[in-house]
Amino acid sequence: MRDDLHDLLKTYEGRPVAVSGRGPDPVNSPMIRHWCEAMGDTDPAYTGPDPVAPPTMLQAWTLAGLGGPGGAQVRPGPYRELMALLEAAGCTAIVATDCEQEYLRPLRPGDVITFDSVIASVSPRKTTRLGTGHFVTTRTEIRANGELAGTHLFRFLKYAPAGRAGDRPARPRPVINRDNAGFWEGVAARELLIQRCDACGRPRFPWLPGCGDCGSPDWTAVPASGAGTVFSYVVMHHPPFPAFEPPYAVGLIELAEGVRMISNIVGVEPERVRVGMPVVLEFVRVDDDLVLPLFRPADEGAV
Amino acid sequence: MTPAPSPGDVLPSLTVPITRTLIVAGAIASRDYQDVHHDAEAARAKGAPDIFMNILTTNGLVGRYITDRLGPGAVLRKVAIRLGVPNYPGDTLLLTGTINSICADERHAEDVDRLSEDALRLLAEVAVVGTNSLGRHVTGTVVVALPTAQPPLRESP
Repeated sequence: MRDDLHDLLKTYEGRPVAVSGRGPDPVNSPMIRHWCEAMGDTDPAYTGPDPVAPPTMLQAWTLAGLGGPGGAQVRPGPYRELMALLEAAGCTAIVATDCEQEYLRPLRPGDVITFDSVIASVSPRKTTRLGTGHFVTTRTEIRANGELAGTHLFRFLKYAPAGRAGDRPARPRPVINRDNAGFWEGVAARELLIQRCDACGRPRFPWLPGCGDCGSPDWTAVPASGAGTVFSYVVMHHPPFPAFEPPYAVGLIELAEGVRMISNIVGVEPERVRVGMPVVLEFVRVDDDLVLPLFRPADEGAV
Repeated sequence: MTPAPSPGDVLPSLTVPITRTLIVAGAIASRDYQDVHHDAEAARAKGAPDIFMNILTTNGLVGRYITDRLGPGAVLRKVAIRLGVPNYPGDTLLLTGTINSICADERHAEDVDRLSEDALRLLAEVAVVGTNSLGRHVTGTVVVALPTAQPPLRESP
């Protein structure tokens, strides 16, 4: 992690976490009761014929829970990119630090919850007792039946746990030679290039000087769409390699074009990776000098 | 009837045993399925000694503490908290509160039909601290509309 990373992270400020997100359920009495039971809250306002929801439930109405791969952690677009950047920089752990809520209108059973959330700020690199990382602040407006009901500022620290990843060495560099230089030029231009044999048309990957099928030395580089599925994978727990923080998923990805490549599967807890899982390409800058083509689940189910 | 609170008043404390059940029940009631709040093995793999309470449960407990002490009829308007040391199973959380200030509720004057029969609701700002055996778990500020059943309070400064 260097300051250049923060420059990149800052470009995510103001970008959305969720646009017109919808709470999975309308405000409802059972969830209110479960909350009150858990908290030991016996305030009569939250029971009876005309209850209101405990105001502190505000965020709970917006969470995806276990809906979709990765549950509440998986969100499409810039927020996931930001989290992927932080993870690639070794900030694999997360802890919530601040929650500031304002309640503008009571929530009652039947209220339909919608919300918009933005990345409000990303701090410079900070070293805390837990480890070194970045504080991310999100700001959410929650509406009930379209009417602003509350605001919610949430801050968490995404960090490399102290003593484990704080001084992690850089990831190994790719070995670039005449045979594969075109591939890495493609990565630099954010294109995933595979080779196609000019003689027989067979696509191939990784890059090789000749066709393994017909032997022709003539080929053309063609961009892959970036869509693929997990053909096989392994979750690394041991042995540890200094540049990597286990557990992490290494996948054999079958691209839509029919070739397979090895990469990391990020943006999902490793134990949730499955054979056949649809994935999409994402170029991740892992440090100042290295961009890698990684893959993340294609499912956009959770908001 | 409880006397009306005034700045500087210290609210009676609330002791909350931090059981595994509370941590898990709070996480699930708040729809927070992060594994560190229910799966001890996963929590240890991420460097924590055990599961620990999620921020939404702490938020809920702070809200409960304030309405328990100033209600019934007290309505939360703002809760802002910052977490310190974690709440692990087997510990005890001690919540304390001090009234920072009392002022008139202007924003909700137009909303009296729903919130109270009395337009002259007063707002209390309360400083909350929650400690456990490791230190300060939570510090925060809560703004709460006081119940209308309270006897008249002296004017705020």
